[in-house]
Amino acid sequence: MTTITARRTPTIQGIACPTPVSNHTHVQLGHGSGGKMSAELLRERFLPRFASPFLAELGDGARVPVSGSEVVVSTDTFVVSPIEFPGGNIGHLAVHGTVNDLAMMGATPKYLSAGFVLEEGLELAVLDRVLDAMAAAAEACGVEIVTGDTKVVDRGRADGLYVNTTGIGFLHDGFRPSPTRARTGDSVLVSGPLGRHGMAIMAVREGLAFDSEIVSDTASLAPVVASLRDRLGADVHCLRDATRGGLASALNEIARASKVGVVLSRPAPVPGPVEAACEMLGLDPLYVANEGVLVAFVASEREEEALDAMRSQGVGAEGVKIGSVVGEHPGMVVQRTGLGGSRVVDMLPGDQLPRIC
Amino acid sequence: MKYLTEYRDPELARTLVDRINRTATKRWTLMEVCGGQTHTIVKQGINEVLSEAVEMIHGPGCPVCVTPLEQIDRALHLAANPDVIFTSFGDMLRVPGSECDLLQIRARGGNVRVVYSPLDAVKLAQKHPDKEVVFFAVGFETTAPANAMAVWRARELGIENFSVLVSHVTVPPAMVALLEDPSNRVQAFLAAGHVCTIMGWKEYEPLVERYEVPIIVTGFEPLDILEGIWMAVRQLEDGRHEVENQYVRAVRREGNRPAQDLVSTVFQPVDRGWRGIGTIPASGLGLRPEFAAYDAEKKFGLEDIHAEESPDCRAGEVLKGQLKPHQCPSFGTRCTPETPLGAPMVSSEGACAAYYNFGRLRAGAGA
Repeated sequence: MTTITARRTPTIQGIACPTPVSNHTHVQLGHGSGGKMSAELLRERFLPRFASPFLAELGDGARVPVSGSEVVVSTDTFVVSPIEFPGGNIGHLAVHGTVNDLAMMGATPKYLSAGFVLEEGLELAVLDRVLDAMAAAAEACGVEIVTGDTKVVDRGRADGLYVNTTGIGFLHDGFRPSPTRARTGDSVLVSGPLGRHGMAIMAVREGLAFDSEIVSDTASLAPVVASLRDRLGADVHCLRDATRGGLASALNEIARASKVGVVLSRPAPVPGPVEAACEMLGLDPLYVANEGVLVAFVASEREEEALDAMRSQGVGAEGVKIGSVVGEHPGMVVQRTGLGGSRVVDMLPGDQLPRIC
Repeated sequence: MKYLTEYRDPELARTLVDRINRTATKRWTLMEVCGGQTHTIVKQGINEVLSEAVEMIHGPGCPVCVTPLEQIDRALHLAANPDVIFTSFGDMLRVPGSECDLLQIRARGGNVRVVYSPLDAVKLAQKHPDKEVVFFAVGFETTAPANAMAVWRARELGIENFSVLVSHVTVPPAMVALLEDPSNRVQAFLAAGHVCTIMGWKEYEPLVERYEVPIIVTGFEPLDILEGIWMAVRQLEDGRHEVENQYVRAVRREGNRPAQDLVSTVFQPVDRGWRGIGTIPASGLGLRPEFAAYDAEKKFGLEDIHAEESPDCRAGEVLKGQLKPHQCPSFGTRCTPETPLGAPMVSSEGACAAYYNFGRLRAGAGA
């Protein structure tokens, strides 16, 4: 007869936990995932050393006083591989990323700086295409690149090229969206379909081909924010672009910062090819990166107006309501399933790992 | 999406839920064998909407969860070797060994790569003749043919710098072990559809006779699982015990013969340890002697690496359905998804991790 017996042999470790997995001694890729490991790295190593009330807010940028008024400063670094991908290149991302961070703080983006790390041996034709993309994106966004820096490193010490952009934007009276301002009853809207950027990159890296190519959604969200501001003003409570860690991480950050619960009552929109790629690779589109999708928390009585405002702009044309804010389960995001069941949509510890089964 | 959305239709799903609830005159205890099915059940909240008709016990069919600590430690040892490129399916990277996981080994300089197919690992070996490429061959009968193919192909191509660290497990011996256990509570099984696409269901026919337990070959989409549960409940209510095939679009009784032949050419049954459960005789696959040159354990002399699981982790009882995860003294205190003591807390849809999240939800709701 076969029996199952769990091993109970006492070991020299005694009752000590044998898996102190969070005691990291080296930086891991997961520290850059936008999930719990990223948050832990910030909380334990960066924030204690850089004491600042502006930094402590952990917004997409900081609202700082400048000669009697307030401006927003935001910075972002771009290391995407491959440099060029379906739908754009690192140059588009570098402009849109910082423009979007400023917009999420409620600011109209105005000036950008750009810093480049170039690897010895990078084809100048590639650099030209990246710079062309930045110039075109900046013009389309109405921002000016006003200062910059270039460094070249030995071959093998960078992956082609890295870009940092820092931006300054100007605020508008009575418009201060913040991750801390979600209120019970708020409607939760997304500006477009999920997962296109992350899966476009993944498809190139994994050599996947689909009937219709997946194209990155890299785009400026500033027009959507401007439209929401004009129509709703202070009834727009929170804005967040759903970049690393995807929609799930953006929602969790807001739920925690505002100490509210979020219920996703409707399925988030996912394009067919993205869904297919996610199924194939064992990934969940809720956690896949976007570069042109925002989530907005707005006063529920103005939800229709907000959707109109969103949809009036090309990048928000497919905006929909996906859920609402509740007083229960503060700090947690819960999805109602088609069956009437529920599922906790937690923040991932680190990078999303493809499942075996 | 074709062949997927049809099996996720919420209205049809609700019809099945009603049928199951109407059919069940008492609460039956079912086990879904496969981790993929657990994933769907938890993600769709199926256990919640059926809680009065059935209790679903999440079975031992998650390869991430059952790969023994010893094999993880051997993988970590290999991955830390500067001459080795260690390749693995993605979600094995976060499974904790005695001291760390593969992600940490990578951060310390180990060459650890995620591959989607073991054949990609063979290609890596061709591309890097100066390195030893090792593939972590885990999983059930579903992944065994592709893994066997990688070894077979490496031999065909005369590739000598490729080997596999094998930790394959097979379903029927685990089901027998559960059924033979005097404290078994499982009244019917949902067998893993993907395993059966390879193996068919002939292996289960003697089991339903001997143990008088219904076994339903079941797929992975919400409608598959609900239909599988419904078929199981009907058998239980009728007092029948048969093998039934819910997953007709993918599974035949004989299974996939060429795949089975390849597996038995490369692998043979071996005793295998299951994390949290212990050793089950003839419950695994190991390389046949003629393929010993591709056995990473022999090639790198790993047989001396041994590890004991935490004595505090009661995963064995959880996987047998004798203990609810939250009844374990370590649950939610010393054992959380960030610091898992045992395997069911590792995988996001493992039994303990699923309970952990659900419990937080209930606590938050004040229930």
